[in-house]
Amino acid sequence: MLRNFLDKIKPSFEKGGKLHFLHSTFEAFESFLYVPDKVTSSGCHVRDALDMKRTMITVVLALVPCFLFGIYNVGYMHYSTLGQDMGFWSYFWFGCTKVLPMLIVTYVVGLGIEFIFAQVRGHEVNEGFLVSGFLIPLICPPDVPLWMLAVATAFAVIIGKEVFGGTGMNVWNPALLARAFLFFAYPSQMSGDNVWVADAVSGPTSLSNIAAGQMDAVPQLSELFWGLIPGSVGETSKFCILIGAVILLWSGIGSFRIMFSTLVGGVLMAWIGGLAGSTDASVLQHILSGGFLFGLVFMATDPVTSAQTQTGKLIFGFLLGMMAILIRIYNPAYPEGMMLAILLMNTFAPLIDYLVVGRNKARRRKRLTLAMKKQNA
Amino acid sequence: MSQENAKTAETSVPFWKEMFSSKNMKLLTRPFGADNPVTVQVLGICSALAVTAKLQPALVMAISVTVVTAFSNLIISLLRNTIPPRIRIIVQLVVIAALVIVVDQILKAVAYEVSKQLSVFVGLIITNCILMGRLEAFAMANKPWPSFLDGLGNGIGYGMILVVLAFFREIIGSGTLLGYRVIPQSFYEAGYSNNGLFILPPMALILLGIIIWIQRSRNKDLIEKEK
Repeated sequence: MLRNFLDKIKPSFEKGGKLHFLHSTFEAFESFLYVPDKVTSSGCHVRDALDMKRTMITVVLALVPCFLFGIYNVGYMHYSTLGQDMGFWSYFWFGCTKVLPMLIVTYVVGLGIEFIFAQVRGHEVNEGFLVSGFLIPLICPPDVPLWMLAVATAFAVIIGKEVFGGTGMNVWNPALLARAFLFFAYPSQMSGDNVWVADAVSGPTSLSNIAAGQMDAVPQLSELFWGLIPGSVGETSKFCILIGAVILLWSGIGSFRIMFSTLVGGVLMAWIGGLAGSTDASVLQHILSGGFLFGLVFMATDPVTSAQTQTGKLIFGFLLGMMAILIRIYNPAYPEGMMLAILLMNTFAPLIDYLVVGRNKARRRKRLTLAMKKQNA
Repeated sequence: MSQENAKTAETSVPFWKEMFSSKNMKLLTRPFGADNPVTVQVLGICSALAVTAKLQPALVMAISVTVVTAFSNLIISLLRNTIPPRIRIIVQLVVIAALVIVVDQILKAVAYEVSKQLSVFVGLIITNCILMGRLEAFAMANKPWPSFLDGLGNGIGYGMILVVLAFFREIIGSGTLLGYRVIPQSFYEAGYSNNGLFILPPMALILLGIIIWIQRSRNKDLIEKEK
């Protein structure tokens, strides 16, 4: 029935139809509901079932455990601070009232801007924002005012993505750009020292305790792992992040090299910091605290903004992990360094690729000249 | 240019008509838009980022730079035939430096608070690329009056961008204009808060980028041809 309806209204959106100016809006809804009907008719192609829509949906699926747990944790933090034991469903319900409005706001604002740009530029709306829009609420504290979230999303989509030419052309991860915007624009709400625990109550995160040297107040390792602690919506449960990581690795969408080398870099830096006596937290506490693992799994592996070459991915991840912990330990102004480290390495990713490709070329040229010499001799 | 001027003088056109001829006026107005020193030539960015967090210092900076460009252009143009080409840069610098010191001292005497806010940036007018650029590109080869207009136009073109940047940065970043509160208290009570990013220089760069974006989409001539 839906198909018939779409077919019926389709001609008015095609060239010459009276609604042609809404062409890309129609196209977006059609391919959202069905497989795109465009068939390439010339040239030879490598075929793969994995188009952008499917990639994006897989990432969103990988994020769902974090999302659901985040909702539950918001409610749990709220009621346990108030000293009430309300049971699973009321925790979940309370979390929904906090988190779902955030999700709706980011999607409406972000997709709205994407649609407008697509109309004006006459190209199709693509699925790029599905993941960014899902990530933004997950990396924000639950009490962020919705209008701030809207402004940050608009900033990230326009300045971070559309000025560079839309999905696939961006230099920085749009979701992190939104978070960075909030961080620098409204530091009093987003300082990272104290986060929302319940309405009108805020408490320190494990990272701000580490930065302040109050090691007694840092939650146990198991609490850090299972995630019933205050923090941004989606990053508290390391268990759910691991589920997401497994999905990404199994489907081949997330790069194992980046995840692995980031972890190595982070562990190494936390170990050095501990040896130098600059941080009281153990290596495991550093890895399990804050957004390190969340950023590692879902943001560092962003295929657009990370390094593209295989060796480049290793370098990219390693430097990223080191930088994140380095900022944490040695810069007292920023208890969490993952966001800044990823954005910084996003900036350097093209340079890393350039160097890796250049080295490869030089090596092959050398081999060629050697072979030529041999032939001549 | 000099030949034309001589011709018009012979035909005894009133001198003010010649002074404000359309050609001369173009020297003055072109830098406002299509030849803007900041958004098109991308000069003077450093100070445009540094002094535009508030409107008042931006205005003072705009006026100072306009005075210095106009008069350094005038002086160098008067001296242009006597300056040996090999040491012209150092002569230009001496003139600029002298003018900047004068401006700096006047600011200290008249508006001490603002001059403290601008701190080193008044002294750094010396290194503003717009000045040297105009001296090299225009004043060294043109008569004093057109040079003066050219300097004035470029100074104002620079100042316009500064004022626009400072307007948005102060109103969004601090909620004030020239120090007076313009965003009503009731907004803050309703949950609005100032955007701290607008106080930081990076946002000035982004705003400048947006201005360039708007200008280029209105004036297609500015877009580079694809090779």
